[in-house]
Amino acid sequence: MSLEVTDLVIEIDGRRVVDGISFAVRDGTRLGLIGESGSGKSLTALAIMGLLPDGATAFGSVRWNGREILNLPDRELAGIRGDEIGMVFQEPRTALNPIRTIGRQIAETIRIHERIGRRAARVRAIGEAARVALPDPERIVDRYPHQLSGGQRQRAAIAIALAARPRLLIADEPTTALDVTIQAGVLRLLLSLVESDGMSLVFITHDLAVLAQVATHAVVLADGRVIESGPLETLLTAPESPITQGLLRDATATLWRGEEEG
Amino acid sequence: MTTLRRLRSSAAGLFGLIVVAAILVIAVVSLFWTPFDPRATDVASRWLAPSWPHLLGTDLTGRDILSLIMAGSRTTVLVAVGAGVIATLVGLALGALGALTARWMRETVAVLVDVLIAFPVLIIAMLISTVHGGSLWVVVWAVGIGFGVNVARVTRPELRRVQHSDFVVAGRASGLTPLQNLVQHLLPNIAPVFIVQLSWAMATAVLAEAGLSYLGFGASVVDPSWGILLADLQRYVQIHPLTVVWPGLAITITVLAFNLLGDALRDATDPTLRTGRRPANRARAGQPRLPEVTA
Repeated sequence: MSLEVTDLVIEIDGRRVVDGISFAVRDGTRLGLIGESGSGKSLTALAIMGLLPDGATAFGSVRWNGREILNLPDRELAGIRGDEIGMVFQEPRTALNPIRTIGRQIAETIRIHERIGRRAARVRAIGEAARVALPDPERIVDRYPHQLSGGQRQRAAIAIALAARPRLLIADEPTTALDVTIQAGVLRLLLSLVESDGMSLVFITHDLAVLAQVATHAVVLADGRVIESGPLETLLTAPESPITQGLLRDATATLWRGEEEG
Repeated sequence: MTTLRRLRSSAAGLFGLIVVAAILVIAVVSLFWTPFDPRATDVASRWLAPSWPHLLGTDLTGRDILSLIMAGSRTTVLVAVGAGVIATLVGLALGALGALTARWMRETVAVLVDVLIAFPVLIIAMLISTVHGGSLWVVVWAVGIGFGVNVARVTRPELRRVQHSDFVVAGRASGLTPLQNLVQHLLPNIAPVFIVQLSWAMATAVLAEAGLSYLGFGASVVDPSWGILLADLQRYVQIHPLTVVWPGLAITITVLAFNLLGDALRDATDPTLRTGRRPANRARAGQPRLPEVTA
């Protein structure tokens, strides 16, 4: 399985915000898309999923296992979303339906892709909640999102995204909105699930220090263009562009500050 | 069902539920049985004070007022349910067309709704009644469409807000088709707002029917109706003031019950209103980020 993005262009009301991005994610690769806000990394992820907002149009090519999926109608994409490509969003406060229990939301996602009964889906949902290490899974599935902490909500969102066992996970800044104390835990969980399921990963972040923990390869974006790409080690040890060097400086600075305070 | 249990836990909701249920039961019972025939006149026992066997007394022609009110509840239920169903269909259809379709369609519907709101529904209903003769169905359709437009005016922006919320995008990302998203995410999330609008529309329908019938534009004189009864009795209000109280009280309690039930249903369907506290999970501003680098 592979994802190939070629010359992706995204325009919002005629303004070009992503300008010819190309990259590929091969089997078992964990690709980091890194760039400052406004560099086009989130829009790229939404374009792959066919979830661009009104007024945004995408050109170019996105191939999933050789099949062109860019700008496919919703009806056809519905079979790929969740089932083959899953997605986790940045903001766990708003990414869950506030008036449904989280167990029901996990179960419903399972039921989109499999023909199983409500009760069987509930049992599976408890299993999924346990898999993302939610405490007391049998009881937590009957709680509403507002009764969960931020980290628990993000774990629930991950459980929903992975419920149908997709082959590729797109994670858009999944730890940015979380308290620093729980970021590492969620990141570790994400990594272990990606490894145990043999998934590929597209990880979007603005923070090279986070990226360094998860990715095998990285693509550096700025102003909607690819600045630099390659294996993570090359980027960390011999960054060519000044933008990558800047990101590296920021990450090191955070580390220094962290060590001083820790 | 947990929603029902929560509904019963609030005093106002319980009152609304009991009264609305009682009116439904009375309307059905009155089809088969009333203490007296509501149309039977008995001049010998006219203007009786409340007493056995005429619990609420009798009117000018000796008809039993309790029986008349029981029979009139049929009209009330018919109008409330009929107008409620029509308002739901009109409100959801216009709301969905105005929120979930292409931009030109959304904007057209928005203008259409604003234009329709400016139409004086009740006056149009009176006009139709004058031309074609009074009929309950004119009231039902007029109030149903009129308040359906009001419902649409509130549901349209609600649908739009919910449609752009992250969990709907997340739902699409996990493979929900637009229809599944509508049923699982959009409609349940606008339900609290929608229920309040609908209960208000139904209460107003009851009031409008009574008002139009009182003025002679609604139910025909042979139909049992609280509005007609009120109009009949108030002509003698200076001699027999107590009799007017009964149909007036019936109308007031019914309208109140619909509104209280609607409010309680709103609270019962919104889980975030139940516990009354939301844990703050915002990352604290100003605190330095300390990412772990060693995996």
